[in-house]
Amino acid sequence: MNGTDRRSLQTRFMGLFLKESALVPAVSVVLGLAVGALLMLAGGYDPVAAYGALYEGVFGNLYNFGETIRQVTPLIFTGLSVAFAFRTGLFNIGAEGQFLVGSLAAVWVVVAVDAPAGVHALLALLAGGLAGALWGVVPGYLKAKRGVHEVITTIMMNWIALYLTNYLIRAYLKADAERSVEIRPSASLQADWLSALFDDARIHLGILLALLALVAYYVVLWKTRWGFELRAVGLNPYAAEYAGMDVSRSIVSAMMASGFLAGLGGAAEALGVYGYMAISAIFPGYGFDGIAVALLGGNTPLGILLGAVLFGALNYGANTMQRLADVPIELIRVVIALVIFFVAASGVVRTLVGLFRRTKGKGGVTDGVAS
Amino acid sequence: MAWLLSLGDIIHNTLVFSTALILAAVGGVFSERSGVVNIALEGLMIVGAFAGAVTAIFLGEGAGWGDAAPYVALAVAALAGMLFALLHAVATVTFRADQVVSGVALNFLAFGFTIFMVKLLFDGAAQTTTIQHPLSEWRIPVLSEIPVIGRALFVAYPTTYLAFLAVAAAYFVLWKTPFGLRLRAVGEHPRAADTLGIHVQRIRYYAVLISGALAGLGGASVALTTTSNFSHSTIAGQGFIALAAMIFGKWHPVGAMLAALFFGLTQAARTIIQVLGLAKVVPVDLINLLPYVVTILVLAGVVGRAEAPAALGKPYVKGGR
Repeated sequence: MNGTDRRSLQTRFMGLFLKESALVPAVSVVLGLAVGALLMLAGGYDPVAAYGALYEGVFGNLYNFGETIRQVTPLIFTGLSVAFAFRTGLFNIGAEGQFLVGSLAAVWVVVAVDAPAGVHALLALLAGGLAGALWGVVPGYLKAKRGVHEVITTIMMNWIALYLTNYLIRAYLKADAERSVEIRPSASLQADWLSALFDDARIHLGILLALLALVAYYVVLWKTRWGFELRAVGLNPYAAEYAGMDVSRSIVSAMMASGFLAGLGGAAEALGVYGYMAISAIFPGYGFDGIAVALLGGNTPLGILLGAVLFGALNYGANTMQRLADVPIELIRVVIALVIFFVAASGVVRTLVGLFRRTKGKGGVTDGVAS
Repeated sequence: MAWLLSLGDIIHNTLVFSTALILAAVGGVFSERSGVVNIALEGLMIVGAFAGAVTAIFLGEGAGWGDAAPYVALAVAALAGMLFALLHAVATVTFRADQVVSGVALNFLAFGFTIFMVKLLFDGAAQTTTIQHPLSEWRIPVLSEIPVIGRALFVAYPTTYLAFLAVAAAYFVLWKTPFGLRLRAVGEHPRAADTLGIHVQRIRYYAVLISGALAGLGGASVALTTTSNFSHSTIAGQGFIALAAMIFGKWHPVGAMLAALFFGLTQAARTIIQVLGLAKVVPVDLINLLPYVVTILVLAGVVGRAEAPAALGKPYVKGGR
C-alpha cells in the first residue's frame, strides 16, 4: 500500500463531514442528477418540472413524508448490512437474498407459531435476522476456508433465495393470489399512533428498529473488541493475523452479522408494511440499493443514514415524478446507478473536479494551487 | 420410438436456450482472462437485447428491411455491447475503479436505462412491440433430413452456429495467437507482461470490449429468437448464469460452452416437464435455482476446483509495486 492509499483510508476514517471524503459522494449525486436531467431533455421532458415533482412527492405533505420514511427504513438495514461487510473488507452483494429469506422466515414464524402480541413480533424479527445470517454463512465460510470470492457466491445465493422463497411460498404458505397468507395482527409492526402522526402513511415501528440498528452498528464496530478485530481484518488481514486475530472467524462472523442486518430489514418490511410476502419474479431491490447507500455513506453510521434518506426519497418521489411530470420511474434507477458508478470510479469524479477547478482558476489561482 | 423423437426436441431446445449463455460466457472468458472481473455480463446482455430488438423493429417495419433487419440488429447489438463495455473499461482500467462495484452499477444502469428508453420509444409501454421479422431457423439442406439428429443439430437459429463459432474462435485466439498469449499473460502477471513491453491497459481494453460485443450478441440472440420482444424479463438473470457457466467452465471457452450447455439443458427440461405435466412433481422454481446451486458446489470444490486467473480483479498501476 503506498502513501496516497493510506491517506485516503485515513480521511475516509475521519468521517463524512471532512471536506475530502464528502467531496466524491456529493459530486457523484450532482453528476447523477445532471445526467438524469440530460436524459430527460433528450426524451423531451422538462427536468425542472420533473425534479420539482420529485421534491413535491417527498416533502409535499405529511402523508408523502411518512411514506418516504417507510421507503427509507429497509434501506437503512441493507445499507448497514453492506457497510458492515465492507468494514471487514468483504463485499456483500447478497443483501438482496438475505432480505428475501428474512422476510420469508418472519412470515413463516408468524404463521406457524402462536405467541402473545409483541413477543410474536420479536420472535418473527429474530427469525428473519437468523435466516439472513444463515444466508451469510455460506459465502463467509467459502471465503474463509476455501478462498472463494464472496461476490460470486453472494450473487448465486441471491438467485437461490429468490427461487427458493417463491417455491416455499407456493408450496406451503400460499394464499389465493400470488402471495403468502396474511400474518396475524399480533406480529404486526404497524402502530396507529405512528401512522396517525403522518396522515395514515404506512410508516411503521421498523424505522425505530432501524435507528436502533444504526446505533448498534456504531457501538459494535467502534466500542467492542469484536468490532475492532473486524475493522482490523478489513484494513489489513495480514497484519491482523500477525497480531494474533482469527481472520477466518472474523470473516464468517462479519458475513453473518451482515446477513443478520439484511434479514432483519426483510422481516421488518414484511411485518410492518405488507403483512404478507409476495411471489415475485424480480428482486425487491433494497439489497442492491443498500450497496449504493453504503458506498455513498462511506460506511459511517451518519453517512448510511443520509444515503438511505437520499435513495429512499428518490425511490418514493419517483412515483410522483411519473404522475405529475410523466417521466418514467426508471429514470431514478438510472440516476442511482450513475451515482454508484461515479462513487466507484472516484477517479473519474476527481478528474472532472480537477478540470472544473482548472478552468475556473485560470483568472487568478494558479494550476498548482487548484489541483 | 416416440422417446427418440423427443430426444431430438430436447437437444434442439437445449441448443436454443444455451446459445445466449455460450456467447456471454465466452465474452466473460476474454475479459476475466485479461484480469478484469466482468459481473456486468447481465447488463451487457440487457443492452444487447434492447439494441437488437429496437433495431429489428424499426428496420424491419418502418424502414422495410424485412428479413435482413435481424442480421443488422445483431451487428448493432454487438456494437451497443461494446459501447457499454467501454464504460466498464474506462472506469476499471483507466481509473482503476473497483471492478465489482463498477459491474454492479452497470447492471443497474442497463436495466434502468433500457426500460426508460423503451417507455420513451413505445409510448410509455413497458415492453417493445413484437419483432415482426425475428431470426428464422436455418435448415441445413440434406443434413436436416437425418432422423432425430437432423432436427436436433441442423435446424437451428444462425445465432446458435455463431455461438459455436465464437467458442472455436475464442480458443484459437486465446491459445494460438500472440494476442491471446499476451491477453492471458496480462491476466496472470501484468508486471511481467509489462516488462516484456506488452501494453497491459490496451490489452485489457480490447478484452473488455470483446466481452461486450459477445455478451451483446448473446442478449440480442434471446430477443431475436425466443422472446421476440424486449421487456424487463427478457434477460432476467441469464447474464449471471453465463457468469456461473464461465466459472464452472474454469475460464476456458470450451469449458464455458459445456457448462452453458448443461445450464441450457435445465432450461429445456423446464419446458419438457411442463409439456409432460410433471410440474407438480418437479416444481419449476427448483429447476430455476439449479445453475446457481451447481456453481456454489463447484466453488466449494465439490464438483472440482475452480482456478481463476491470478491477477483477476487487481487494477494495474504502471510503475507501481
